[in-house]
Amino acid sequence: MVDNAPLLEVKGLKKHFPVNEGLILMKTVGYVQAVDGISFTIKQGETLGLVGESGCGKTTTSKLILRLEQPTEGQVLLNGQDIYELKGQDLKNYRTEVQAVFQDPWSSLSPRMRVKDIVSEPLVVNRKVSAAEKQERIAEVMAQVGLHPEQADNYPHEFSGGQRQRIAVASALSSYPKLIVLDEPVSALDVSIRAQVMNLIKDLQEEYNVSYLLIAHNLATVRYMAHQTAVMYLGQIVEYSDTEELYQNPLHPYTKALFSAALPSHPDLIQEEIVLTGEVPSPINPPKGCRFHPRCPFAMDRCSEEIPIPQQVSPGHQVACHLY
Amino acid sequence: MNLSDNSTVLEVEDLRTYIYTRTSIVKAVDGISFNLKKGETLGIVGESGCGKTMTALSLLRLVPRPAGKIVTGEIRLNGSDLVQKTEEEMRAVRGRQISMILQDPQTSLNPVFNIGNQLGESLSIARKDDRKGLASRAVDALRKVNVAAPDRRLEDFPHQMSGGMKQRVVGAIAMSCEPSVIIADEPTTALDVTIQLQYLRLLKDIQAETGLSIIFITHDFGVVARMCDRVAVMYAGRIVEEGSVRDIFNNPSHPYTEALIQSVPKLEEKVERLYSIEGQPPLLSNLPNGCRFADRCPHAKEICTADYPDSFNISEGHTADCWRLDSSW
Repeated sequence: MVDNAPLLEVKGLKKHFPVNEGLILMKTVGYVQAVDGISFTIKQGETLGLVGESGCGKTTTSKLILRLEQPTEGQVLLNGQDIYELKGQDLKNYRTEVQAVFQDPWSSLSPRMRVKDIVSEPLVVNRKVSAAEKQERIAEVMAQVGLHPEQADNYPHEFSGGQRQRIAVASALSSYPKLIVLDEPVSALDVSIRAQVMNLIKDLQEEYNVSYLLIAHNLATVRYMAHQTAVMYLGQIVEYSDTEELYQNPLHPYTKALFSAALPSHPDLIQEEIVLTGEVPSPINPPKGCRFHPRCPFAMDRCSEEIPIPQQVSPGHQVACHLY
Repeated sequence: MNLSDNSTVLEVEDLRTYIYTRTSIVKAVDGISFNLKKGETLGIVGESGCGKTMTALSLLRLVPRPAGKIVTGEIRLNGSDLVQKTEEEMRAVRGRQISMILQDPQTSLNPVFNIGNQLGESLSIARKDDRKGLASRAVDALRKVNVAAPDRRLEDFPHQMSGGMKQRVVGAIAMSCEPSVIIADEPTTALDVTIQLQYLRLLKDIQAETGLSIIFITHDFGVVARMCDRVAVMYAGRIVEEGSVRDIFNNPSHPYTEALIQSVPKLEEKVERLYSIEGQPPLLSNLPNGCRFADRCPHAKEICTADYPDSFNISEGHTADCWRLDSSW
């Protein structure tokens, strides 16, 4: 395999959930277009940040990539292989190669399992490993995430929030995955603990050369963690670029509004704020044309009719807007 | 109503609120003092479990009973001490003089009553009125918090509204009796970024119009930078540093404040590596004698673990509890 070929490739991915009415004779009256034709790639050892407001389809995207949902249309390729066609042992391998860390470590760890069982679960479920191998691996990953290997016999309730999130990271890492989906990994944690966990996640990336799909709504977190960033609005990617390029030169009106709504890190940095009117429309009947046009301060006639196609404005910077 | 601009509305002195459990005493609020002026926004910043919310509940005398108790201290609101008031008297204070906005609008609104009912309930406490009168006042209250088409919203139930709209309704209820102080306990954490900004601007507008004083409880330094005039940083039941918002950001003097500001990723610039504070805050049921931050502090010396530091004045209105500021350090 060529070195700079992408690890994960998402092509025109769509997921529409039917909306049914009636009790016995269920009739489909519409579709929630949760994810509507998104494409992106993640390189080995890099992080893609996916930002957007609630309901924009970030979590559905992560579920599709974890193969917890079947797409309506489109493909997800891991190392060139379509993940929706995997069966049997190949699928089991896929399950070890792609792992997830969720937002809330109070609900993502089973309270009835010992830490050692949580950590080794991805390893034993999908592969044959000897008891000695398992022990060794548990001790190794626990040390790597900054926990004492002796704590492996404890239950999750004996740990603090930050430690629990470390357990979740250890569990995700134990099977040597290629990709980890991080769904708001630090937003349930306290400020001083967040930095610890973010630094840990970054360090482990270098050590394992693992790729991350980082789902977050905090823009500063994404700037700190991600190599590339995609901004989602109502099931579509409106802007997609290298992180630094995007943060220095945001182009799409929605991205600009999102950045200006983010709170400053110093009282002297309060900038001109673009206040969006209204709220995100329903994904059941999204607006025609550009989905952002009813809230866009720069909307033209064309925007309500024509769907903007993503344009490459500079190398590695794509934007879907009629202004460009 | 007092019209002089610099009058102090709320004075808290040496407030201590303890929670008595079977095995220990949790010192949730352990001797804090602060003032709040008319029209001012004070931010109380700290991590979970540092006593922020207990402080807020103490101000409203809503500390969970029987376990929790205000042990000592004074809370002088518009001149009278709330700690000495009877439960009956407190009922006349809550809502009318001091009110609260909670974090999650989903749980602070009642799901089985419509918006008109819930608003009407608090509006009728402010002033008795007939149904029609209440309805029109409810519409006005909703208009003040920028709810679109307010007359059609009265019949709606909470589940029919979005998070941002619900939080506006909560705001309208909190302000229905025109209190002089509002405590906002993480009011925007449950909201999206663009909606959060709308809400924060709304609070600022209302404050400019009515001269309301706001206590903003948060862990987000962005909210502090955007909203607050003064900041009190809490750690393990104490206020460790207090000052104007610029004092705190430009010249953080307690190592905890400094570390906290440095450990937040910045939107405006690329940070190569975040500073992270190792370890965890001490248990409130088993507090050390000395400085409570000492075991996480990079500067700690012997004296830090032996004695709790005095409060040192750094500049006008800027104080911090840290031995580093002592001349003999």
